Amino acid sequence: MQEFVQNLIYGVETGAIYALIALGYTMVYGVLRLINFAHGDVYMIGAFVGFFACTQWLPFKDLSQHPEAATLNVLLAIVTLFLAMLICALLGIVIERFAYRPLRNGFRNADAHFWGFVAALPLTAFVGAMTTTKRQGAFLAVGVIVGFALRPAMAYLSKKIKPSSSRLNALITAIGVSLVLENGGINVFGADPKFIPDILPKRQISLLGIEFDSSRVVILIVAAVLMATLRYIVLYTRPGKAMRAISHDIDAAKLMGINTDRVIAFTFALGASLAGAGGFMVAAFTNIKVVPLFGLQPGLKAFVAAVLGGAGNIPGAALGGLIMGVVESLVASKYPQWRDAVAFILLIVILLVRPAGLLGKNTAEKV
Amino acid sequence: MLVIQDLHVYYGAIRALDGISLTVNEGEIVTMIGANGAGKSTTIRTISVLVRPRSGAAMFEGKALHTLPAHEIVTLGVSQSPEGRRVFANMSVRENLELGAYVHHKKKAQIQEDMDKAFALFPRLKERENQSAGTLSGGEQQMLAIGRALMSRPRLLLLDEPSLGLAPFLVQTIFQIIQDINKTGVTILLVEQNANQALRVAHRGYVLETGRVVLADTAQNLLSNDSVRQAYLGE
Ligand SMILES: Nc1ncnc2c1ncn2[C@@H]1O[C@H](COP(=O)(O)OP(=O)(O)O)[C@@H](O)[C@H]1O
Ligand SMILES: [Mg+2]
Repeated sequence: MQEFVQNLIYGVETGAIYALIALGYTMVYGVLRLINFAHGDVYMIGAFVGFFACTQWLPFKDLSQHPEAATLNVLLAIVTLFLAMLICALLGIVIERFAYRPLRNGFRNADAHFWGFVAALPLTAFVGAMTTTKRQGAFLAVGVIVGFALRPAMAYLSKKIKPSSSRLNALITAIGVSLVLENGGINVFGADPKFIPDILPKRQISLLGIEFDSSRVVILIVAAVLMATLRYIVLYTRPGKAMRAISHDIDAAKLMGINTDRVIAFTFALGASLAGAGGFMVAAFTNIKVVPLFGLQPGLKAFVAAVLGGAGNIPGAALGGLIMGVVESLVASKYPQWRDAVAFILLIVILLVRPAGLLGKNTAEKV
Repeated sequence: MLVIQDLHVYYGAIRALDGISLTVNEGEIVTMIGANGAGKSTTIRTISVLVRPRSGAAMFEGKALHTLPAHEIVTLGVSQSPEGRRVFANMSVRENLELGAYVHHKKKAQIQEDMDKAFALFPRLKERENQSAGTLSGGEQQMLAIGRALMSRPRLLLLDEPSLGLAPFLVQTIFQIIQDINKTGVTILLVEQNANQALRVAHRGYVLETGRVVLADTAQNLLSNDSVRQAYLGE
C-alpha cells in the first residue's frame, strides 16, 4: 500500500512535467493545427539554461560547504526558473517567426538572412573543429562571412517557396527544426552528459509512513502554480481570449481585428516557457543527465499526453499528462521494462477508442 | 466609399472572380445577388483580406485594402458578418461581443455602451448573455454575428447571407434590422441569395454570375427586370 502511494506520488510528479510540455503542444496545435515536434527540444534548452545558470552564470554556493547559503540558493533557483522560461519563450518566438511563419505567409528577406546563417552553422562548426580554441574569433568571423555569402542563395531559393497550407510541409518543417536544435545542441554544448549539482537543501519528507523527497514537492507546486497562471491567461486576458478565438476559427478571428501572427507568436512563447520551466526543474531536481537529446523521450510522451487529452484542448493536456505520468509510474513499478512502451500503448488505445481524446469534442455545425 | 476595380481572385488554380468591379457609396445599402458559387462570398472575403486578389483591388476611401494585413481592415472601419455566422461557439455571448470590440479594448465605457445597443437591437441576446454561443439557435447565432460585427463601430458593414437557413418570420426581422442599422449611418454591402427581400431593402444591386457582374442597377429596376425575375425571383 505504502509503495503504491509512493509510486502514485512519483507518477503525479512526472505527470506534472508531461502536462507542462503537453500544454505547449496542444496550444500550438490549437492555433495552427500543427504538431510542433521541436517542442521537446525547447524543453532540452530549458535544462541547459538551468545547467549553465547553476554552474557558471549565477553565484550558487555548494551547500555541503556553505550550509548557510540555502536561502541564497533558493532565490537564485527562482531566478534560474524565470531565466529558463524567458530564454525558451524567446526561442519559441524565433522558431515560429523563422520556421513556421514563412510557410504561412511567404518568405521575406529577413527569413533569407536568418536561414543563411543557420545554413552556415555546420560549416563554421567544421572550421571550429579544425582550429584551436585560440582561433575562436576567426571561427566566428568565418561564420558571419559564410552566413552573409549564403544569404543571396537563400533569397534565391526562397523565391521558389510559395506559402503553403499543406499540413505535410508544416510537419516536415517541424521535424527539421527539431533536428537543427538537437544537432545544434550537440555542436554548441557537446554530447557529453552534464549534471546540475544539488542546489537546494534536500529533505526527506515522511507523511503517514510515506517517504518522499522534498524536491518532488517543489516540482509539483511550481507546475501547479504555472498551470494556474496559464489558465488565468487563457481564460481572462486579451491575448488569451484572442488565442481561443484563433483556435476556434482563425478567419473569424481575423475579422475581429485580431493580429493573428502576433497572437500565434505569443502562443509559442507561452508554451515554450512552460516547457523551459519543466526542463530546468527535471534537470535540477532529479539528477538526470543533461544531453542534447534530453527532450526526445519526454517530448514524445508529452505529445501522446496531448493527444490523450484531446489535441487543442488545454485542460485535456493537463489531464493527459497526469494520467500518463501515473500510469507510467505504476506500470514501471511492477514491470520496469514496459516503462517506455506505456505511452505508445496508451496512444494506440486512445486512437482506437476515442480519437478526439478524453476531453476533445467533435462539435457539429448548427443550422 | 468602397470601390472595387477589376478584381481577379483564384483559389489555387480555381478562378473564383473574373474581373468584378463595383462601388458602394456612403449611406447606401448595396446588395450582391447571384447563384451559389457566383463569387459573392469571395468578393467580400477579398475586401476583408481573408484572400488576396491576383490582380485588381478593393479600395476603401482611397486605400488599397489588400496591401494591409487582415486585422487592420477592422481598424479602418470595415467589418464583416461572415457566411455561416462563424460565432465562437465555445465562448459566451458576452465574450463574442467583446471580441467584436477587440480593436477598441481600451475604451471600456464605449464597449459597454455598444453592448447595450446590441442588446437593445437583439433582446434575445440579452437573455442569453452568459450562455455559450454554440448552444444558441441558428437565428440567435445570426443575431450574434451581426451584433458582434457592429461592436467594432464599422462605417461599412459587410453581411454575407444573413438570412441563410432562418425561419421565415426571422428573415423579416433580420431585414428590418438591416434597414435600422443603415438608418444609424452605417453603409451596408449585403450578400444574399434571397434576392427578393434583398432588393426590397437595398438602394442598388449587382447581379453576379460565375465571377462577373452581369447586371448593375437600382434595386427597383432590378426588381422589375425580366431576366432577374426569371432567374432569381422564381417567376
Ligand atoms: N476555399 C475555396 N477553395 C477552392 N475554391 C473555392 C473556395 N471557396 C470558394 N471557392 C470557389 O470559388 C467560387 C466562388 O465561390 P463563393 O465566392 O463562395 O460563391 P458564393 O458566395 O457566391 O456562393 C466557387 O466556384 C467556389 O467553388
Ligand atoms: Mg457565399
